[in-house]
Amino acid sequence: MNTTDRATVLPLGHQGRRHRTFRVLPGFSLTMGVTLAYLSLIVLIPLSAAFLRSGSLGPRQFWHVVTAPRVLASLRLSFGASLVAALVNAVFGFIIAWALTRRRFPMRRMFDAIIDLPFALPTAVAGIALTALYSSNGWIGRWLEPLGIKVAYTPVGVVVALCFIGLPFVVRTLQPVLADLDREVERAAETLGASGVQTFRWVVLPAVWPALLTGCALAFSRSVGEYGSVIFIAGNVPMVSEIAPLMIMTKLEQYQYADATAIAVVMLLASFGLMLLINGLQLWTQRRQRTRS
Amino acid sequence: MTPARLPASLAGNLLLIVALLYLGVLVALPLVVVFVEALAKGGTAYLAALSDPDTRSALRLTLLVASVTVPLNLVFGVTASWAIAKFDFRGKNMLITLIDLPFAVSPVIAGLIYVLVFGARGWFGPWLTAHNIHIIFAVPGIILATIFVTFPFVARELIPLMQAQGTEEEQTAISLGASGWQAFRHVTLPNIRWGLLYGVLLCNARAMGEFGAVSVVSGHIRGLTNTLPLHIEILHNEYNPVAAFSSASILALLALVTLIAKALLERRHPELRSGIAQRA
Repeated sequence: MNTTDRATVLPLGHQGRRHRTFRVLPGFSLTMGVTLAYLSLIVLIPLSAAFLRSGSLGPRQFWHVVTAPRVLASLRLSFGASLVAALVNAVFGFIIAWALTRRRFPMRRMFDAIIDLPFALPTAVAGIALTALYSSNGWIGRWLEPLGIKVAYTPVGVVVALCFIGLPFVVRTLQPVLADLDREVERAAETLGASGVQTFRWVVLPAVWPALLTGCALAFSRSVGEYGSVIFIAGNVPMVSEIAPLMIMTKLEQYQYADATAIAVVMLLASFGLMLLINGLQLWTQRRQRTRS
Repeated sequence: MTPARLPASLAGNLLLIVALLYLGVLVALPLVVVFVEALAKGGTAYLAALSDPDTRSALRLTLLVASVTVPLNLVFGVTASWAIAKFDFRGKNMLITLIDLPFAVSPVIAGLIYVLVFGARGWFGPWLTAHNIHIIFAVPGIILATIFVTFPFVARELIPLMQAQGTEEEQTAISLGASGWQAFRHVTLPNIRWGLLYGVLLCNARAMGEFGAVSVVSGHIRGLTNTLPLHIEILHNEYNPVAAFSSASILALLALVTLIAKALLERRHPELRSGIAQRA
């Protein structure tokens, strides 16, 4: 758009002027100093406290804490349910992103805006609302109960809450990529006799694959640490429906700070690993987008 | 191998229905149920629940926390994006990643790290106790934890916006004799005001709705350190659905207003949308 035009045109046309009038803008040391100070005070120093504190445990004790059966079960649930939710959202998030970019239907803008609801609705509100819907006398739960499906107070409830939380990440990552995708290529594939499934498999999917992975990784990363929307519907039965962030909370309430910190460090390391992975995926997506356009 | 091939339009319509059903059941229904449950016993019960003194003090605390958190992160966001977008230096990508860090941290861990620093058994615990300063299980801790979880919102909105705008206009202003502050005030600020508003909107929604991080550091003292989301949890655990959903309806309204304002901003300024996609 405008800004890119300017960026590519001006340096050539105004090169002489640029050299004559080029001045470094003021305020670098002030703004950089404030940025680094605030970042250190709010984020870096407190986060390092977690790592330093867990060091006081010693490696054997640390291992003993994080491999305790109840802790392992909670980690398995947090990571497992997040993975299932990310996969469910990969399918439905793709269909929704496709419908919003390719179809015209009444109230499309409203549906588009509501995608961000999980992001704007406070997690505690989402938590009690989902619990009310899926408990055995709730609007949805009462239909599932006769079928033998229990959602509230089971691991299925955890997955439902994480599907809710993760959806915008998948849809919002896919939407711009699908919008940029040249529809002529899809039409050409169809003209050449490809079925809808074939066009999807060989034309659309290869193009959106990096974005789909990025969206799922973002949703997964958010889900692993999610607390508010999950604890109400989960029921929090030890070994069954107790998520890892709640495990940290429980240890804290019992004043077992070192244990809580050990679990936190395991989750932090996983989060940082995911963050690096997501950064890599985003670079890949951007590079693909650039070579395409 | 596809079985009986569906006409493209029929398949498309089926997929559209699936998409709208998933959105309706998974996303829209929770919002609807909040208001239905809040009004389940009628408007009088709803208003009675909202006029409860504990609910009011929880709402007051939530507003207080947001009114401290949002301006601080706003100033930080503008400062950081000026340094990052207008200058070249080594380690820029590293710095952006570090600013993003709070998005990757579980809210519970965000609360935990402040307990480790300021709690009774934390780094500064003994000193704080000796000087009778309360941070954990008090309002300052709630504000700190909220600052942490909303830390990247404004900065991450402004950095790509200011990077795309470049430095030409500011340089011209300065070559015409403007001071750095004047260049920022009269050139940069008008250029970024919508991005700023967008970032503030999202930052505020999260600040008022934060639950996990605040839950760790609050101590849950009714009327003193209970924010609205924590108050909802207490009411829910007391099997008082009308009161819990009445309080929840205030936050749900906030979410609705945020969504509508966000959609209106995106319609007028589509460039804002590209930023948010990467981290929703």
